[in-house]
Amino acid sequence: MSATGALVTMAIDGREVRVSAGISVAAAMLDAGVIAFRRSVNGSDRGPLCGMGVCYECRVTIDDVAHRRACLVMVADGLRVSTHACRPERSEGPA
Amino acid sequence: MTRTQRWDAIVIGAGIVGAACARALAMDGLAVLVLESGFTGGSTTAAAMGHLVAMDDSPAQLALTALSLALWRDLAVELPAAVEYDACGTLWIAEDDAQMEMVRLKQQTYRDAGIACEQVLGAAALSALEPNLRSGLAGALLVPGDGVIYPPSAAVWLLAQAMARGCVVRERCRVDEIADQSVRCGDEWLHAHVIVNAAGGGAVALTPSLPIVPRKGHLAITDRYPGFVRHQLVELGYLASAHEMSSESVAFNVQPRATGQVLIGSSRELVGWDASTNRRVLREMLDRAQRFMPALRDTSIVRTWRGFRPATVDKLPLIGRWEPTAGVWIAAGHEGLGITTSLGTARLIADMVMGRTPAFDVSAFAPNRALPAAEVAA
Repeated sequence: MSATGALVTMAIDGREVRVSAGISVAAAMLDAGVIAFRRSVNGSDRGPLCGMGVCYECRVTIDDVAHRRACLVMVADGLRVSTHACRPERSEGPA
Repeated sequence: MTRTQRWDAIVIGAGIVGAACARALAMDGLAVLVLESGFTGGSTTAAAMGHLVAMDDSPAQLALTALSLALWRDLAVELPAAVEYDACGTLWIAEDDAQMEMVRLKQQTYRDAGIACEQVLGAAALSALEPNLRSGLAGALLVPGDGVIYPPSAAVWLLAQAMARGCVVRERCRVDEIADQSVRCGDEWLHAHVIVNAAGGGAVALTPSLPIVPRKGHLAITDRYPGFVRHQLVELGYLASAHEMSSESVAFNVQPRATGQVLIGSSRELVGWDASTNRRVLREMLDRAQRFMPALRDTSIVRTWRGFRPATVDKLPLIGRWEPTAGVWIAAGHEGLGITTSLGTARLIADMVMGRTPAFDVSAFAPNRALPAAEVAA
């Protein structure tokens, strides 16, 4: 994607990956083969749907801040993503 | 011509109070019909927080909440996971020394009433229990017997218990009129020895002289932040907010949900049945919450909603026989305590209907009691 071909290093659930600069975290995660970004309150895997900040399905923890939309955050060197930090302690209840 | 069946009891309203009454009457062997204009647990009940709480605004209120909490604890092992019963306890939070004195008085009142209380917590102990509270608070009283449920699921479960004992439920069936031992739904008259008006905010439409006024409230709920808050947190100032019939007030009141979400209240307004969002009051409510829990600023709120507490001037529900109409009983006007006191209300109604002596004097709840004038403080 990047015109310069520059790469940055980020971590997805502790795994370091080299990704193109200038793309969204969601794109980088999909490139890295990650499709389950978060768990719904019922325990099912969820991933990005709209890719433009509307559906909220791509929420992940980025640099310790929970519920950030991966499709609206650009990758950066040293950025840390967690797909499991916001897993509920219990799995019952309303969505 | 519809062939009419005579039921033992007709309960109007399948909110949590009506559902609890239907269950209690069915458990006493009565043939019960429940008529609900919308769907079970969908109106006043759905707007509620779901705090099971001992409250001491008056001796009668303390007696009813204490009875109800004991009944909830008895039921706890039977409740399905969907009811989300969480015995998280309540922390009554004091901001300063003057409120700490109120906390100590509250502790004594509760202990005198047989309600378990922990020692009054100082600032450090409070901070250890709830790290997201701001520093500089004076302390708190922990009432460990309080808890939290998800009210709509609780109403559904209570009604299912009634149905297992033969109770019949008609949803989307609006009652238009109550008469002696009968109700009218459209063209159809239904008859019963006992009619229980448990229609929440709608009760006053069916029994127009009931002294119920709608007291509007806003709630907000965050995304999931497991562990952010562990107890129901209520500021001492909530008591004044709830007690005084002022035209508008907000108080800090947050609750942990089973999903990890944080439910944020509370506001009170006397604006009739105006259901619109009052953005200014909502903002003040959230500002108040952030004043106590600054980290709420970094959380996402996913939904806000509004509802109406069916309130009375003396803060006590209307539970008992409605003398002007034969066979009619009232179980309404619970303001912000209907979730807690649904079980106690049902117990009192069933005791009175069945001719048993209730556990305590119920004259304070008489629907036709003399009430102070509904003066509203500015």
